[in-house]
Amino acid sequence: MTHGPAATIAVCAVALATLLAGSLGLRRARTAGDFYVASRSVSPPWNAAAIGGEYLSAASYLGVAGLVLAFGFDALWYPVCYTAGYLVLLAVVAAPLRRSGAYTLPDFAQIRLGSTAVRGASSVLVALIGWLYLVPQLQGASLTLHTQTGAPRWAGGLVVVGVVLVAVTVSGMRSITFAQALQFWLKFAALLVPALVLVGVWHHRDDAIDDGYPTAAERVTVTLDRAVTVRLPVAEELDVRGSVDGAPVAGAADLGAGEHRLAAGTRITLERGDVVPVRTSLPAQPNGSWLRPLGSGTDHPLYASLSLVLAICLGTMGLPHVLVRFYTNPDGRDARRTTLAVLGLLSMFYLVPTVFGVLGRHYVPDLLIAGNTDATVLTLPERMVGGGAGVALGALVTAGAFAAFLSTASGLTVSVAGVLSQEMVRPRERRPHEDLRARRIRAFRLAAVVGLAFALAAATFCPLLVLGIWWPRLSPPGALAGLLAGGALATTAVLVTMTSEVSGWPGALLAQPAAWGVPITFVVMVIGSLVTPRRVPPDAGRVMIRLHAPEALAADLRDLTRG
Amino acid sequence: MSQPPPRVRITHPRTEAVRRAPHRPAAREIDEQTQLGDVYMSSLIRSQRRLALVTCAAVTILLAGTALIGAYSANFVSARVFGLPLPWVVLGVGIYPLLIALGWWTMRTAERNERAFLDLVRRR
Repeated sequence: MTHGPAATIAVCAVALATLLAGSLGLRRARTAGDFYVASRSVSPPWNAAAIGGEYLSAASYLGVAGLVLAFGFDALWYPVCYTAGYLVLLAVVAAPLRRSGAYTLPDFAQIRLGSTAVRGASSVLVALIGWLYLVPQLQGASLTLHTQTGAPRWAGGLVVVGVVLVAVTVSGMRSITFAQALQFWLKFAALLVPALVLVGVWHHRDDAIDDGYPTAAERVTVTLDRAVTVRLPVAEELDVRGSVDGAPVAGAADLGAGEHRLAAGTRITLERGDVVPVRTSLPAQPNGSWLRPLGSGTDHPLYASLSLVLAICLGTMGLPHVLVRFYTNPDGRDARRTTLAVLGLLSMFYLVPTVFGVLGRHYVPDLLIAGNTDATVLTLPERMVGGGAGVALGALVTAGAFAAFLSTASGLTVSVAGVLSQEMVRPRERRPHEDLRARRIRAFRLAAVVGLAFALAAATFCPLLVLGIWWPRLSPPGALAGLLAGGALATTAVLVTMTSEVSGWPGALLAQPAAWGVPITFVVMVIGSLVTPRRVPPDAGRVMIRLHAPEALAADLRDLTRG
Repeated sequence: MSQPPPRVRITHPRTEAVRRAPHRPAAREIDEQTQLGDVYMSSLIRSQRRLALVTCAAVTILLAGTALIGAYSANFVSARVFGLPLPWVVLGVGIYPLLIALGWWTMRTAERNERAFLDLVRRR
């Protein structure tokens, strides 16, 4: 099912274009200001497209469609909140943050609180969030190259790391701005064109999703590259070659309803209309409840939905690679306009992955067997269209996917490297190390891991920014206590969720830590500040003026001192 | 013979000139963080903070409201628009224009607050 050459050419073209944009920017990147913040001279439309390019990661490009395929309606909260996060950012932090003049979150902490301890804690958190965000990008790159070209699983991550390192080290932020703005439009076009074709095909075939369990739309063979446990919702006779529940099978096998263990290397052939077995980590729901709100079959879905909404809406402002973009705006007013433009671009983009997810439920439900639903966007065009057109569309979505990995990974690299180098750690030593661990980590759904990064950002940086900008009485000890409490609680929840299976309420609470983590951090910061009123920095009032006064006021003052 | 004292001209003070305080631009009051400057600044911060809270409240009502209606209203769940389930149309498409409109309003109001602040500061 792979179409090696076309997809390989597409990946190479995207990598080359990124490097080319990087080398064009090389001539223009002269100062440290150019490298880190593009000398603060990027106009709102370019900046907005660049933010969109950086923000739309593998989790958005591949992950959202996969989540919709597996979880249905409840997964729609992801794209909605990825977008709504920018609205919160616009209302709460955009202009003051730009006016603070800081480049990174630790810079902000230092400017506002004058404390090296808070700065240090922020740096550690930036690296942690950056890592949680970067791992899924590399994992997505591996998946894409593996699915589309048959390359070994480690290759994709390596390509991304290589291209990003070269592009970032030679040219820095200005060329990255240019490259990422282009990558936004590439990603959008690479999803929109296939989506329009696929909707046309769907309409032409007059297919419909019924209320029953997902069934194969055509004869398809799935080879498992690792052992999985699947749940078959109803008894079904399937053609299996390999091992089921420890016994060798070659041919038609009567599988009862319930769980079955399939060994690595097992081949399952589904005929049209066969009910699809579903990996046990995903819900095996009939389409009828898949279509309904809270029908995804997870524990405590209403709590999960609401906590997810909170995590993403409040976490967006705490993402290091997104914030760094705001400092490239000329002033606070432009920072707001840029944010609004991002809101528009994202609203446009996120209409499309949902289409892939819904069509995927009908045409590629076999992805549920191995649980690799993140491949929905990649496999759907070729499966639905076929022939040369299918290959071309497949190559197009692959190119878009690589643009997604490259832009997000390079944005993360610039911002995390900025923080690390400012903290006197040599970033080069860290990179290869991260790769190794990225490959060992358990396979997770992309958007879910990124969701944890959002939860961590929401439980730490959101309170720091909100209180720092709007509450003059925030004190360094209070802020530090809040960062430590929120960081420790959210990290623990993330680690437990990633390494073990907890069910019921404890599981739901740990998987979605934002709903309790964010309020706890706010409370700790406020109480900590109220009991240490003498530690409030003496220049807090001056910093508040700097954050909120329009730039025109500073111009007035300059005129006064001159005249 | 002593010289007569030099003549001194005595005039009625110009009332306007006496009453007018030395000209202190508000921008300088703010810059020097006087009490008056603090009043100016806190009025701006208060209006911007109120705007931020209103927008966040609106987002909360919009999103949490959709989630709760989806959880508790059977009519909402079973309704269809153009043959598509209403909840999908709302959350997949309809909510985005609302978010953009809210963002646009927020941006305009924030800029208006800043203009009002500058007018106030420059009027003195």
